[in-house]
Amino acid sequence: MSSLTAVDWLILLLYFLFVLGIGYALKPHMKTARDFLQAGQSLPAWICGLAFLAAGLSGQEVVGMGAWGARYGLESAQLFALGAVAAMVFLALFMMPLYYGSKARSVPEFLGLRFDRKTRTLNACLFAAMTVFSSGISLYIVARVMQALHVFDGLARTFGWGPQASLLICIVLSSAIVLAYVLLGGLTAVLYNQVLQFFLLVAGLLPAVLLGLHSIGGWSGLKAAIPVSSLNWTGATGAGMNVETIALGLAAGLLLGAGYWCTDFRVIQVALAAKNLESARRAPLIAVLPKLLLPLLVVLPGLLAIALPTPRTTTVEQTIQGEIIRTTTVVRPEVEAGQGLVPAKVDPVTGKPIVSASGESPLDYDLATPNMLAHFLPTGLLGLAVAALLACLMSGVAAGAAAFNTVVTYDLYQPCIRKGADDRHSLAVARWATLAGLLLSAGVACAAVHYPLLGSNLPGALGLAFALVNAPQLATLLLGMFSRRATGHGAFAGLVAGVVAALLHHGLTLPGLTLSMGAPAGISGGWIAVLHRYPSAMAQSICAIVVAFAASLVVTTLVSSFTKPRPEPELAGLVHSLQRRGTQQKQGRTSFGR
Amino acid sequence: MNFDVRIPIGLMFTLAGLVLTLFGLETNGDAAVYTRSLGINVNLGWGLVLAVFGLTTLLLGQRGQKRLENPPPQSGSKRKARRGR
Repeated sequence: MSSLTAVDWLILLLYFLFVLGIGYALKPHMKTARDFLQAGQSLPAWICGLAFLAAGLSGQEVVGMGAWGARYGLESAQLFALGAVAAMVFLALFMMPLYYGSKARSVPEFLGLRFDRKTRTLNACLFAAMTVFSSGISLYIVARVMQALHVFDGLARTFGWGPQASLLICIVLSSAIVLAYVLLGGLTAVLYNQVLQFFLLVAGLLPAVLLGLHSIGGWSGLKAAIPVSSLNWTGATGAGMNVETIALGLAAGLLLGAGYWCTDFRVIQVALAAKNLESARRAPLIAVLPKLLLPLLVVLPGLLAIALPTPRTTTVEQTIQGEIIRTTTVVRPEVEAGQGLVPAKVDPVTGKPIVSASGESPLDYDLATPNMLAHFLPTGLLGLAVAALLACLMSGVAAGAAAFNTVVTYDLYQPCIRKGADDRHSLAVARWATLAGLLLSAGVACAAVHYPLLGSNLPGALGLAFALVNAPQLATLLLGMFSRRATGHGAFAGLVAGVVAALLHHGLTLPGLTLSMGAPAGISGGWIAVLHRYPSAMAQSICAIVVAFAASLVVTTLVSSFTKPRPEPELAGLVHSLQRRGTQQKQGRTSFGR
Repeated sequence: MNFDVRIPIGLMFTLAGLVLTLFGLETNGDAAVYTRSLGINVNLGWGLVLAVFGLTTLLLGQRGQKRLENPPPQSGSKRKARRGR
């Protein structure tokens, strides 16, 4: 695997230039906090639609979906795409009129309008922490991928830094670029770059998928090369996903889809930036069709990577050319122990492939997609593909930063710290919040680099973060939007209950069926006592999400039934059944404009 | 609305496509470069595709930009009047 050549760098630099250029060109338009944080609410539906789609394609998701394809097959991924599509349609039909119509500027603000201050503040804090954390993990995962592709190795070597430096260069460089363009162009720059990212992802990954299919002999060749089971859901459960039944899997798909696409402010902010309600509702619908086709682009590379023969067969061809750049003549132990193009996991301490007690080596599925790219793309296109991966990373982190600064400014600073801050002041706060959020995220990523043991377990914690924040938030939002009876105390108690339930679940369970296979108690769970062992980290996360959602739903309902609901006129425009009347009645609930 | 996003996207894809096409032409027939891509000169082919895509997007973007600058009557550029339903 060679590192990048001059052409690759030229394309990469071209991309960096345009990303920053977009931010720079938008700078004169960033006059008010509303311009900066809400893109002036002026964007047409198709931009929001594509950006909406791209919001679900951040770095860790593109890498993760390839890994998913390699591990669980294509149809299990399709199931989750279906969950996402259902969630998007639901959002467009039922939830968007309430979000957009309430003139809330963020999801916590909507909770504040529907329930009360404490619910809003709690949700804002949880969301802000989750965003920072998951951006940090995204940075770490993509930095590892870039290290595997040797993208920044040359740069690290020129400075005479050690092997870890290439990870740090990737983290610092991408956070710095994100910081620059978010500060310059605000949410508009984030959305424009998400649109750019979407096209770049297609341009970068499609050739590798086509070449991979060509090499394996088309679709029928792929089918022949992999066990039948990886193409369907039943196989996926057998192959290690181990969600007990298909029904549970479907429910989880819907829950994950709704938790992300209907409540996560990193996604909702895109639709809220639309110029009117019509466009805001159309944005998720525009994203639906491409969303159904996307698994072919991002999941298929993983599936191909596992199905293709291990690269040692191709080394003969390469040595005839006498090219010295290539060092794949020796099959490295982790490649040997791996399957197809997916190498085995390497122990971060010893540098050797991990072998479990049963003699099997767990595979490093995160490298499935990057290895596909490196295997098939010649210099030139490889640069484009690397740019596409970096684009996904950066626009995901940027969306996180934009959501973070909005929530901090509107939901924490303005109501709790300084009431009635003027617009210039708010704009300054938003800019500082961007810097703080990105520094924290980069800090999380650097910590993961510094402590390899922490790093190897961190990605699994993303599921926990989802269970802590998105699952309870989904429960309270659904009850708030579709029941007049839900109360502020109920919602607050529900959020707390969701967090407590997710933490308890995490503290009492561990992934890995046997002691030798499983992770040690600690960051992967089991820090109270190990009551239950899940077959995989995936099963643990899904159950955590279900538990947190259920706890939040039950507690919100129970507490609401004992507390006094708000009078109906106050809820106009905030609850689905009180929607029609709401549009005329509700005026000046929030500051319109700024 | 600030500027039509299709302009930077079109421009970038045109430039990237041109770079790939030129590089593809230069390395055409150089088997060593294309062993990885099964002997196909993907840089040339895909570069052309990207350049065409980029140019189309750029043209569409320029038309969109003109419309932005002289908005057709009725839909004002200030969009202060948000029509809720």
